[in-house]
Formats: sequence, structure tokens, C-alpha cells
Amino acid sequence: MSQTSTWDTDRALARIQELEHLPGALLPVLHALQEEFGYIDKAAVPLIASALNLSHAEVHGCISFYHDFRDTPPGRHVLHICRAEACQSMGCESLVEHVESRVGVKLGETTADRSLTVESVYCLGNCALSPSVMLDGKPYGRVSNQVADFLIDGVRRRA
Amino acid sequence: MSVKVFVPCDAAALSVGADAVARAISEQIAARRLDLTLVRNGSRGLFWLEPLVEVETPRGRIAYGPVSADAVPGLFDAGFYEAKPHPLCLGPTEEIPYLKQQERLTFARCGITDPLSLADYISHGGYKGLQRALTLTPEAIVEEVTKSGLRGRGGAGFPTGIKWKTVWNTPGDQKYVCCNADEGDSGTYADRMILEGDPFVLIEGMTIAALAVGATGGYVYIRSEYPHAFRTFRRAIALAYENGYLGANVAGSGKRFDLEARLGAGAYICGEETSMLESLEGRRGQIRPKPPLPAIEGLFGKPTVINNVISLATVPIILDKGSDFYRDFGMGRSRGTLTIQLSGNLKHGGLVEKAFGLTLRQAIYDFGGGTFSGRPFRAVQVGGPLGAYFPESLLDTPLDYEAFAALKGLLGHGGIVVFDDTVDLARQARFAMEFCAIESCGKCTPCRIGSTRGVEVIDKIIAHQNRPANLQLLDELCELMVDGSLCALGGLTPFPVLSAIRHFPEDFDKPAPKPLAHVGERAQETQQWR
Ligand SMILES: Cc1cc2nc3c(=O)[nH]c(=O)nc-3n(C[C@H](O)[C@H](O)[C@H](O)COP(=O)(O)O)c2cc1C
Ligand code: SF4
Repeated sequence: MSQTSTWDTDRALARIQELEHLPGALLPVLHALQEEFGYIDKAAVPLIASALNLSHAEVHGCISFYHDFRDTPPGRHVLHICRAEACQSMGCESLVEHVESRVGVKLGETTADRSLTVESVYCLGNCALSPSVMLDGKPYGRVSNQVADFLIDGVRRRA
Repeated sequence: MSVKVFVPCDAAALSVGADAVARAISEQIAARRLDLTLVRNGSRGLFWLEPLVEVETPRGRIAYGPVSADAVPGLFDAGFYEAKPHPLCLGPTEEIPYLKQQERLTFARCGITDPLSLADYISHGGYKGLQRALTLTPEAIVEEVTKSGLRGRGGAGFPTGIKWKTVWNTPGDQKYVCCNADEGDSGTYADRMILEGDPFVLIEGMTIAALAVGATGGYVYIRSEYPHAFRTFRRAIALAYENGYLGANVAGSGKRFDLEARLGAGAYICGEETSMLESLEGRRGQIRPKPPLPAIEGLFGKPTVINNVISLATVPIILDKGSDFYRDFGMGRSRGTLTIQLSGNLKHGGLVEKAFGLTLRQAIYDFGGGTFSGRPFRAVQVGGPLGAYFPESLLDTPLDYEAFAALKGLLGHGGIVVFDDTVDLARQARFAMEFCAIESCGKCTPCRIGSTRGVEVIDKIIAHQNRPANLQLLDELCELMVDGSLCALGGLTPFPVLSAIRHFPEDFDKPAPKPLAHVGERAQETQQWR
């Protein structure tokens, strides 16, 4: 599953128009754009602002406040590694270290070939099967270093 | 009649391969031309047994687990669909001691039914609570909930009936019911299990709340880390509309209730109710000062009930069976059941719904089976990232709001995270401050600046720089955060920090580490993939 596509004003406007009637529509609109393009392009800010009758600062402030929203494209695949307490108790920090050295970038970064972005997440709600990760929206529990390698190699080969 | 085989579609079950198991079962059914129907149910919450496959028999449901896709052909060869023996057979599901020793009221149906079958829901007692509520006045519904003793399960433990009464008594042309499904605390997943495993019970609970306070609109704010829960819940809403359980004429009553699910965006603070309202209105999730209470001026300035998923999902059974039935469970001022979520380094992690009063020791050992790593127990954090760390000596504390408060801890949403002896409590204290710094909404200084200072001071303590003075400084910083923060994120972060120092002082008095040591390193080596 690819996470990104190139920015396109018409498609962006279409997604905004589907949702602009909702009360408090900003979050649904931002999610829709991120779903469409993998990130929220700077060019979206004025479009959203005028559709929802908000200032550019309000839209921008919202994008920067929430951890989910990106203003630059991620890699073709996104791996979230849970680093909250339940996963800590099962060694997630050494899993993080392993993954970082395997892919050669730190959490929050994208590999040079743009195949993979790795991110921290604070709890996936799979706390009885820690350590837990999510790859392109799919959950995995009891993730050993070997399982992580298997997942990463799988998407990087396909990428 | 075709025999039913159940494979959970809960995200935790999926995380250990439930979809592959379901596919393998479908293939075997087709290849062997068997008269079996595959049902995707919610999870029973016995996660170390997932994927837990069940088969319906005249003796009740028989469980097999944990089942891998590779094991499926062997199960068919053995005739598991006729409940024949197999090494993975666990016997009748309801007789598994972990389940048998529970009191499942809120979770009465979870793991039993197909979450998206309204017929299943209704044939298992669904919508009986609403039926009764429709015969009552709003005052009588509020009274029933008040008398049940139900207190909010989101963390603060505020009496649900009293909150509803305020909203009912506040005049408004439009009122709302908002469900808090932000479930940000590590170690918790009960809300997720309901959203994925029994979504109609939440819709029913919210509908009853709406009748009780005179609301016609509702929102469920679901965290974005739960994409499966969001999808399932949205489909449940659509089904409820199609079948007349939502919309202009709820269950033929002439009453309107509209419901929409909204996705959060990865901000822990949006679990705080006023921040959640800001987010629902399309803004940054910054705390609103109280007063005004959301019950009086809530969503879009209208009177609003805000409750946790579990609080609302418990309302149908209270209305159905009566407040006395519910109040008879529990201890002291904690009435009914607590949905305990056993997490972290435990052999038998899972959902345990029990009357309040079980001790931590019983939860961790009798249910949890001790540490997963097999190493000695060292610490437990109850109530999420703002909850205290307790040592072995406090394990006889009963799970009860007041008992935990007396020990400067909190029950929160009922998450219990266990650590073995590889844990370093100084690092856990540092994480508490770091988490607060990452998630602070930025509205007030003690939280925004204090948490970052807290991380720096703990780093100095760990690095052995002037420990006595820095411990003193940390203590003062914590006091400032407790007294000066606008909300409980800044106000409660000191609890895990101070509890770590109080109960595990030796971890703050170790030689300075060389490179960074990581939490639970050794536990990692014992893990296996199933
Ligand atoms: C930082 C913070 C995070 C919170 N997160 C949640 C949450 O994820 N879910 C929840 O139901 N309540 C959460 N709460 C509590 C809510 O503010 C509120 O008390 C609760 O939703 C009310 O519902 P209840 O009375 O049914 O518990 C949080 C509070 C704070 C201060
Ligand atoms: S305590 Fe922290 S999260 Fe709460 S209002 Fe202050 S800055 Fe915001």
C-alpha cells in the first residue's frame, strides 16, 4: 500500500467540498487531505481557510498542533513503533534501537530511498501483546527484532 | 443448520495473525465442502490465547488457541468443528478460569456476537435498556443512573447521574452527548474492544443518555491510533440508521438522535474533555478554563454530556436490569464493575471485568499469571501515564477509587502495566516528564516549561550531578506543577515521578550509567513471535 501521491489542487478541492458542511469541519478535512496525499501540502492552507472561513494562521496552527498531520510527504510506507509504558515494560526501546540501525534513520525520519518512514507512537491499545507496532495501518503484536526485520524487509523490497 | 466457527476481528487478535487464520479456515471449509459458517466476533479479551478460535456445539462454545494459520489444516484433520480433541483445545470457552471468574456486565456480549450484526445484538439482550428508558421520564432515567452508583470510567470517577442531571436542568435549544473514545493511557484498550467488539452497546448507551438530558446530537471522538475501531464504529452507526435506531425517529419513539464518529489526530491532551471539545469544533486541542462546565456550555456552546466509552456502554445494562442489580457489585463508594486491563510484562494480559475490590496482587498473579519474562516482579503502574508506580509492598491495595487516592495514586481508566526487575524507575520518572513535555497543550507555564525542566533535572540526577540538590529541585518543580497547572496533565505528571522516588529510592542513587541503558532490555530477549 502506497502512502503518498502528488499534490493536485482539484482533487484537494473535491475532498474539501465533500466535508466543508460539517460543523467543526477542520479535522475531518485535514484527515481527508492527508489520506489523499499522505501529507498536507502548504498549498492546501489557503484553500481550507477560504472554504471553512478561517484564517491561514488558524489552519496552520491546527496542522502543527496535532502529531498526526505532516506538511511534507512521508516515505511510501510508514512504520509506527509504540514507545509507551506497556511496550517499555517489554523492551520497546531496544526494538527502536534495532530498527533505527537496520534502516539507518532515526524515528521521525524517512529512509534515503523514500521507501519507509519510521515514527514513534504513544500507545496503539495493544498493551497485552507488547511490544506493538503498526505498519501502514496494520497492527502487529509481540514484535521481536526478527519480526520487525521481516516487516521492514517486506515493504522495502516491494517499495 | 450450519455450524458457526468464530475468529475475532479485534485489532489485538489481528496483530497476531487472526486474518490469516480466518483465511486458512475459509480455504479448508471450501476444500472439504463442510457446512460451516465463519463469523468474525469481537475478542473475549484473553489476549495471550489470540487468535482464539471457537466452535459452536451442543455443549456451548469450545475454544482453541492460540491458533496460527499453519495449525488450521491440523485442526480440521482432528475434527475441531465437531469439538474433537486437539492439543490447542481449551475446552468450553466459558469454563476457562480467567473468564469464568469474571463478572461481565459491560462486556456481556463482547467476543460472543458478530459486532456488526444488529440481529445478534438484539438476540443477546441488546436494546432492552433503551426499550425500558423509552417508558421512563428523563428524570427517572437520570435517577436510575444516579442510584446505580455509576462513576465515570474515563479517569476522574465523577458520578455519571449527577453530570446528566446538570445537563437536563440546563435549558438549551440544542444539547449534545459526546463520547470520549480518545483512550490515550498506555495499558488500556477496553474502549477499543467495545468499539470493535460490541459497538451497538455504545450507540444504545448514548441514545439513552440523549433521552435523559434532552439531547438530539452526539459525537464519538475516536483516537486515530485506532483505525479499525473507527471503521467498525462508523459501520455500526450506518447500520443503526438503516434500521431506525438512529435518526429522526429512534426505535419508533418519535425522538431524534443523530450520531457521528470523529477521528482524533494523535494528541493525548484531546482526551481531556474541554480539549476534546475544542478539537471537535475544529481547533487546536487546547484546554478551556472551567467554569463554565461543559454540562452547561459544552460543544458549540451548548449543554453537553461528556462520558467515557465504558461509562456509556454500561448504561444499557443498568436500565435493563435496574440500578439495584448494578449497585450490588463493588465496594465502598466504587459501585459496579471495573474493567481492568492487564498489560505490559504479564503472562496472561487481558481484560478482566470484576466488581471493584479485587486486589492488585490478585489481578497480577491470579489473573495475570506473573511476569511474561519469568523474572521477578518489580513495579506496577496503574491508571496510565499520570498514575503512580507501586512496589510489591502495596500489592494488597484493593482496586477502588478511594483506596488508590489515599496512596497518591489513581485508578484512572483501569490500566495495569507490570514491569519486571529490569525496569529503572529513574528512567520511568524521566519518561513521565518527557511525555508531559511532548503532549502539553502549551496553555500554562508550569506544565509546558516545568516538564522540560523536569526532564533536565532527572537527567542530572541520573548522571550523578549534585544529586541531593537536584532531587530537592525536582521536588519543588513537582509541587509547582501540581499547584499551578490548569489541567490534570501538568497537575498529575508529578505523581508517577514522586511515586518512583518514594518507593524506589535506590534507582535514584545508582552510579552514573555509561551509555544510555534502556528499559526492559532483557525482557526483549525472551520474546517470541507466534
Ligand atoms: C490529560 C487527560 C487525558 C484524558 N484522557 C481521557 C481519555 O482518553 N478518555 C476519557 O474517557 N477520559 C479522559 N480524560 C478524562 C476526561 O477529561 C473526562 O473526565 C471524562 O471523559 C469524562 O467521562 P466519564 O465521567 O465518563 O469518565 C482525560 C483527562 C485528562 C486530564
Ligand atoms: S497543564 Fe499542560 S496540558 Fe493542561 S492546560 Fe496546562 S499546559 Fe495545557
